[in-house]
Amino acid sequence: MNLLYILLVLAVWLGLWWLNTRFALHKSTQWIVPVLFGITLILLWEMVVRLFGVSPVILPAPSAIWTRLVSSMPILWQDFVQTIFKGALSGYVLGCGAAFVTAVLIDRSPFLQRGLLPIGNFIAALPIVGIAPILVMWFGFDWQSKAAVVVVMVFFPVLVNTVAGLQATEAMQRDLMRTYSASYGQTLLKLRLPAAMPFVFNGLKIATTLALIGAIVAEFFGSPIKGMGFRISTEVGRLNLDMVWAEIAVAAVTGSVFYGLVSLIEKGVTFWHPSQRG
Amino acid sequence: MNKIIPVLTVLAVIVAVWYAAAIRMNSQWTYDQAARAGTEVTLSTLVKDTLAQERPKLPAPHQVVAELWNTTVEKKITSKRSLVYHGWITLSATLLGFGIGTLGGIALAVGIVHNKAMDLGVMPWAIASQTIPILAIAPMIIVVLNSMGISGLIPKAIIAAYLSFFPVVVGMVKGLRAPDQMQLDLMKTYNASGAETFWKLRLPSSMPYLFTSLKVGVAAALVGTIVAELPSGATRGLGARLLSGSYYGQTIQIWSALFAAAALAAALVIVVGILERAVLKKMGMAQ
Repeated sequence: MNLLYILLVLAVWLGLWWLNTRFALHKSTQWIVPVLFGITLILLWEMVVRLFGVSPVILPAPSAIWTRLVSSMPILWQDFVQTIFKGALSGYVLGCGAAFVTAVLIDRSPFLQRGLLPIGNFIAALPIVGIAPILVMWFGFDWQSKAAVVVVMVFFPVLVNTVAGLQATEAMQRDLMRTYSASYGQTLLKLRLPAAMPFVFNGLKIATTLALIGAIVAEFFGSPIKGMGFRISTEVGRLNLDMVWAEIAVAAVTGSVFYGLVSLIEKGVTFWHPSQRG
Repeated sequence: MNKIIPVLTVLAVIVAVWYAAAIRMNSQWTYDQAARAGTEVTLSTLVKDTLAQERPKLPAPHQVVAELWNTTVEKKITSKRSLVYHGWITLSATLLGFGIGTLGGIALAVGIVHNKAMDLGVMPWAIASQTIPILAIAPMIIVVLNSMGISGLIPKAIIAAYLSFFPVVVGMVKGLRAPDQMQLDLMKTYNASGAETFWKLRLPSSMPYLFTSLKVGVAAALVGTIVAELPSGATRGLGARLLSGSYYGQTIQIWSALFAAAALAAALVIVVGILERAVLKKMGMAQ
């Protein structure tokens, strides 16, 4: 019987794969390929769980996760507000804002730049999430400590990218501003900040994922009885894996939407950049 | 070389700010103690006391350094309180996971470059997966594998592999596509087969991209391992040190574990950087 099931799963997989190779051939149908690939994965997942009777304690079926997702909307929404709006977003705005202002402030001092950049680059590569227990101790269990973790996590990538962006103008362009007898402020506002925007948005996009990770992982170290990280760690303990998967699905969609939103804003702000044209 | 003085200056400022913050943040406790004992706090006793508390809110730098020295050099490395021991636990899982993730990532990238359907089907998901907080999945993987009877090194390595996998895929695909049409045409005029084009053109020109993403990947693998050590039950590794420190209010222990993790991350990135320079130099691609 098991052999039959294995063959069935393989047949579905190969069939859909063959279909995909057909779709990949023509330009007009190519958009179907990633969609079908995603559907294939979920379908195989569902089939494996049902046919082989995988225990829901190990891997719940997608349909079970979906039912749980729909039925516990209020809890998910409450966790979402706690973690995303209060923790991640407020930290993201504060951290990115502070990094941007710092970058503009140290812009006039090459000495500070030479000193801060290597350190910023170094810190950006460190496992900063580890700072979460300390900040939870300082700022308490509620969202303030999560926002603080997010601030620290997003600060350095945005700082490093903004400083690099402010140096992105060419000597020719700066000379042109000088021939206009533009002041430092005018050059900054009209030439160097716009030119820095592609770099700034690169940092902002990296920071979106970091913000979610920071807010969720910080909740593993203690939080009030709501929040996505809290829910994940407690429901894992109670072996309610469908709830965990539902939270993860929410986190995944949120991450993509957040990233997409920042990309949309980038498209509007840096419409002149080669990577946005064409 | 003209970087050293600015960097040292900034570092000195950071340490100074740290000391000032330590005095300020720990002063509450000192004042409370003094009020209870009915004594007056002078500035010198305040400074002395705030920098030498048992469980300070913010330990002073020299306390962290002393703890680091204590737990690395003075303790035997087999001791449960040695940071070298915990660091090794974390490092071994990180390296195993990083190895698996890198090999898997390269294999998938090769598939993507050579198969149109895979490119169109997998690539959007690989890129989208970088925007989602994958780390949230870590506690579940640990617990599920634990209930299946797998514990210790393997679950942590799986999470580390998972985290280092996608950066390598994305970077490697970019690298394998780096040769331009002119170079590919040249290979065609040589009547090179697909395999020859791969080994002699695509793979060599992907190396700079590979190493860039390896640096990202190894840092991500370490973060993954540390977070994987957080769920209850883990008693070994730097992540477990962080968690137990936070449970028992041992701030000095948290800070020293944090610094050990930072040193480990820095060492890993530097090792990859040295490898990069050696390989690129050997290939004649060093700038």
